Amino acid sequence: MSENHVKSLLETPLKVVNIGLESFSEALVEQGVEVVHLDWIPPGGGDPKLADLLSKLE
Amino acid sequence: MQRIDDANRQAMDRILSADPVLVDVIPAAEAIPTLQDRMILHAGPPVDWERMCGPMRGAVAGIAVFEGWAADLQEAEAMAGAGAFDFQPNHHFDAVGPMTGMTTAGQWVMVVENRRFGNRAYCTINEGLGKVMRFGGNDAEVLDRLRWLRDSFGPAMGRALRSGDGVPLKSLVARGLSMGDEMHQRNVACTGLMLRALAPALAATADDTAGLSKALAFIGGNDQFFLNIAMTMGKAIMDPVRGIDGSSLVTAMSRNGTDFGIRVSGTGDTWFTAPVEMPEGLYFPGFTEADANPDMGDSTIVETIGLGGFAMGAAPAVAGFVGAGSASDAANFTRAMGEITYGDNPEWSIPGLDYLGVPTGIDIRLVVETGLAPTINTGIAHREPGIGQVGAGVVRAPMACFEAALQAFAASVGVA
Repeated sequence: MSENHVKSLLETPLKVVNIGLESFSEALVEQGVEVVHLDWIPPGGGDPKLADLLSKLE
Repeated sequence: MQRIDDANRQAMDRILSADPVLVDVIPAAEAIPTLQDRMILHAGPPVDWERMCGPMRGAVAGIAVFEGWAADLQEAEAMAGAGAFDFQPNHHFDAVGPMTGMTTAGQWVMVVENRRFGNRAYCTINEGLGKVMRFGGNDAEVLDRLRWLRDSFGPAMGRALRSGDGVPLKSLVARGLSMGDEMHQRNVACTGLMLRALAPALAATADDTAGLSKALAFIGGNDQFFLNIAMTMGKAIMDPVRGIDGSSLVTAMSRNGTDFGIRVSGTGDTWFTAPVEMPEGLYFPGFTEADANPDMGDSTIVETIGLGGFAMGAAPAVAGFVGAGSASDAANFTRAMGEITYGDNPEWSIPGLDYLGVPTGIDIRLVVETGLAPTINTGIAHREPGIGQVGAGVVRAPMACFEAALQAFAASVGVA
């Protein structure tokens, strides 16, 4: 990313898409940041064995 | 995996091509010849007396008195504790039952025939709201109502249905969805449509005017009369989907107030169980969450076919009744269930969602992958026996059922 892009990112209002832990989005909302929260958890709830089975059963 | 895709396509075809028709009301002993004396069918996966919840125990005591097996409730409880009754799940006998789900030889059951596949399913007649046996009620008023259903209403409804060719249910449910029913906690439209369909035949076959008047008033005065018909329909639709090798679609979800159980087509009739959860909802005046019993009943068969919580978008009014939020929240429930189902049912569409078909064919792979457990609309029973319904709410199926089912299903298709 060029220096100009970094500069423009910091100078414009943040628009955030938060994926996963909702508390992260809540903290930003409290600071007045515009947030779209995406309710998501890893496949199988993060259980590696279930995730492995799911990948084989596709 | 091609094998799973093919099997699920076949399962979905069987669901969508079903042709359920309400054809009769007959004694349970006639409908289910293996239903023996002192055998009690209950809701949910298998459970013994020691693990039964309060309202289930209350219903057992009540039905034992109704059947004449015990002189009073105390004797009935003592007999149950001593092993005098044979407890079996409704689902093992082509039957379903709401909440406690008591089915015994002396009751009358409605018969739904799936004319596409020739199988039949059975369920008792809905008793009404409040203090009723399905919510654990068991006093004289409850038992007198059951006797009237057995001696008067059941035979009258059977005569009426046999005088014609039955009442086709698929088209009736389609109309009910367009009139704001989701067929679990809101059945007012379908009850009205069924009353309209049955009334002429009830009148034409009635023994006497007073009995006819009482029968018509009973149907018209019970907004949930159609629930038991919807459940019987659900069982008749899903039974032909059982046992399709390689299919990951759910064929039954059911609860006994202690355990929640699911069955999956590709793993046959095995139950995958986990402790039931507590519904979140609204309570009738005078009751609170402290009075509530955990989730219970075979009625989740309606969610299994895409109705109930899955069709919440069709019934904004029910979202308020069960404390699930606004009309837009109701639509979101339906859309979310689309994430865990094989597809939509084009014959059961929701006008308010641009005629989206109800999400149908719960795939255990999608449930485990997304972490989205099926949403269920439900009545709430008092946790103590003998009191009855105290509210209504929304509950999720326990994820542990689906995780256990996924592992067994994987083994069934040679994946480990």
